[in-house]
Amino acid sequence: MKKIFLLSLIILASLVTIVVGCNKDIEGRTDSAGALNPANIDLNAGTWKPILLSTPDEFAVPAPSATNTPDYIAQVNEIKTWQANLTNDEKRIVHYWSAGAVLRWNEIMRELVAKHNLPPYQNPDGTYPVPSANNPLAYPQFPFANPPYASRAYAYLSAAQYDALVAVWHYKKLYNRAAPYKVDSSVNVLIPKSDLPSYPSEDAVVAGAAAEMMKLLFPGDQDFIQQKVEEHKRSRIIAGANVRSDIDAGEALGKAVAQKFVARARTDRAGAAVGNATIWQQMEDDCEARGETPWISLEVPKRPPMLPLFGRVRSWLFDSATMVTVVRPGPPPSTNSDQFRKETDEIFEYSKNITREQISIVHFWADGVATYTPPGHWNAIAADDFLKQGFSEVRWARNMALLNMSMMDAAIACWDAKYFYFNPRPSQVNPEIKTTTGTPNFPAYPSGHSTFSGAAATILGHIIPGNKSAYEAMATEASLSRMYGAIHYRSDCQEGLKCGKKIGDFAISRAISDGAE
Amino acid sequence: MKKLIEKIMTTLLWFVMLCTVHNASAQTDIDAIMMEKNAFCVGPMYAYSSWKNYWEGTLKRENENLGTVSTQMIGLMGNYGISRKLNALFGIPYVKTKASAGTLDGMDGIQDLSLFLKWRPFQKKLGDGRLSLFGIAGVSFPIGDYTPDFLPMSIGLNSKTASARIMADYQIDNLFATGSATYVLRDNIELDRNSYYTTELLLTNEVKMPDAANFNFRAGFRNHRWIAEAVLNIWSTLGGFDITRNNMPFPSNDMDATTAGVNIKYVLPPLPQLSIVAGGMYTVAGRNVGQGTTVYGSFFYVFDFSKKTKSSDQPSKTN
Repeated sequence: MKKIFLLSLIILASLVTIVVGCNKDIEGRTDSAGALNPANIDLNAGTWKPILLSTPDEFAVPAPSATNTPDYIAQVNEIKTWQANLTNDEKRIVHYWSAGAVLRWNEIMRELVAKHNLPPYQNPDGTYPVPSANNPLAYPQFPFANPPYASRAYAYLSAAQYDALVAVWHYKKLYNRAAPYKVDSSVNVLIPKSDLPSYPSEDAVVAGAAAEMMKLLFPGDQDFIQQKVEEHKRSRIIAGANVRSDIDAGEALGKAVAQKFVARARTDRAGAAVGNATIWQQMEDDCEARGETPWISLEVPKRPPMLPLFGRVRSWLFDSATMVTVVRPGPPPSTNSDQFRKETDEIFEYSKNITREQISIVHFWADGVATYTPPGHWNAIAADDFLKQGFSEVRWARNMALLNMSMMDAAIACWDAKYFYFNPRPSQVNPEIKTTTGTPNFPAYPSGHSTFSGAAATILGHIIPGNKSAYEAMATEASLSRMYGAIHYRSDCQEGLKCGKKIGDFAISRAISDGAE
Repeated sequence: MKKLIEKIMTTLLWFVMLCTVHNASAQTDIDAIMMEKNAFCVGPMYAYSSWKNYWEGTLKRENENLGTVSTQMIGLMGNYGISRKLNALFGIPYVKTKASAGTLDGMDGIQDLSLFLKWRPFQKKLGDGRLSLFGIAGVSFPIGDYTPDFLPMSIGLNSKTASARIMADYQIDNLFATGSATYVLRDNIELDRNSYYTTELLLTNEVKMPDAANFNFRAGFRNHRWIAEAVLNIWSTLGGFDITRNNMPFPSNDMDATTAGVNIKYVLPPLPQLSIVAGGMYTVAGRNVGQGTTVYGSFFYVFDFSKKTKSSDQPSKTN
């Protein structure tokens, strides 16, 4: 009986031990990020070089009403009314958005990419449906946010936000209207105070530009996006950071600036990147005519290659001639060569003898189906580090724009080369090669992960020089992960990294001359 | 007191359980069979399970890029009689997965160690038969360093669990029926990556796992030589999300499975310490799981460590 009592005690103790450790709520890395409180408010950012705007005042913003007018005083009272009775949810949204407008919209974009990064299921006849922007909610939902699509989405979002913020900074300095808490000291302020003029609102311009770009990029998610816009704007009024006219002027300017980017996006040839059956066949035939083994889809039923004409999309940092003559990697080892056989054997070895540590590296960098893709991963890396740097909103946007223009250009250059060479995957050449991550449905050479990572690590190493070697190590690991996973040859990875680095150098050239350094 | 704490700690280390082996053999945590005091029943087990169709949410489909996904398991299981009313059980499996089509590599390794305490506080004649009530507590944790984030090729979900079960058994002559209900607490797990999407984007490597409930019904023939029983099992996670269209499975999916099967145990007449167990089961309904068919077989040997009797005539009389 004693024994039974003892053992019951043991049961109880063990259950308690486990239960205590069980079902903890989890917290995201940026959930509790502190409020943006830049060391330098970059007051002169209105003079920084925009990307598409001809001048920062290309879109007019009317002068604000003076702070002693009944109109302004009424707006201040709106803040006070909100603040009189704050709910926990209102406090939560103030805290959430105070971490940074560019950060939060970047995260929202990453969330939408992850949600939509799913390859369509086949039709009954073995063909595959193509998502339609005109009918985004029908299956397959638009878009299929694969890595090239995602790189383009991040680039347009970041670039539009940057130009919109340059324009806002121009008008902030021009009109120099103080923040409501400086005008009326009885306004509570729930975020760090700043000397930055508050008209137009930098938060609203970011939200306005984002919402406008996302109408084009994620047309089926408007309810979600508009809800975020409303919440974001409200958070700034509740926080005492802006009056309503700051918000309205910012949002209108953001939408207007974004229209320039929407116009570019509609004509950047991405809409035609899917190609058609004739083009797909032509690429295969051209490769065969060169005496090489052409890429074949390893999916069942065979899926058309992912965005074979994405290489013709309009790039940001160099023109199409430069891409062919300077950026495009040289040819991969011939599929008939000893070098190619050697590299295939090397991947077969990884396939057979992968270690747990290598699996962990493969999965850390895989960024495959239902993730925010490799460009999203580098946005996450950048965001984590930018939070520590204390950048102003406009500098956040500028750095994100440099990063994401680099990565969209990396997608363009990489896809150009992939379809120019049309090189097979290791598992096609040797079906005994099994992979520890999904085999991407497009030609192997050069590696997309390596190209993205080479570009991202290069520009990020310029933005935060202290992290340069860390970024290079990450890029190398991301690149190697594709060999460990048995989906890329060594040449794919090495040449991808080199190509990416060249693209990153173009971004550095722009960074040096945009007036921000 | 110090000794007691030491004993608790040592036992804690041993306290483990595993889900795969769950309803896959006699003399487990989920049947009404108890070992005699100081008897130790132990044996190897082999199970083969495969599925071609699976449920993507509620949609039943196949996947030509996986073909048939098979899982082989070799395990060691044991049951020790602390007393006639209290048994301790353990199980430890090695698992290997394989897909017959596509490029995805299978995985293999030692999965989760499990341990249960099975307690029979009540046994009384009732009508023409005998009613027994049980309380069972178990824990499990992964001992192999495997990733749960490569489903359906992962060998397990890598979650530490604690479970509590109540069970009732009624036997008239050689006919019996057993029913049980289990609550399974499942601890958060960690992935190799630091973000993932469920129904929202999460920027962490930690995944919150829904708890689960399990209901088990078994009935059939039972005497000192034979057990032949039909088994119905219902596993249901209490929460989790559906696999979206053409997406891959994820450890914190809403996973439900109703399986039906048969189980047979035979004690060898010339060597009553030895028993053979075999059975099979089929998934009749599910959600976010494969429609698996499983067959298994094992044999168990009973060692008698009791000091009183050097050799017992009926060491395998376990009920």
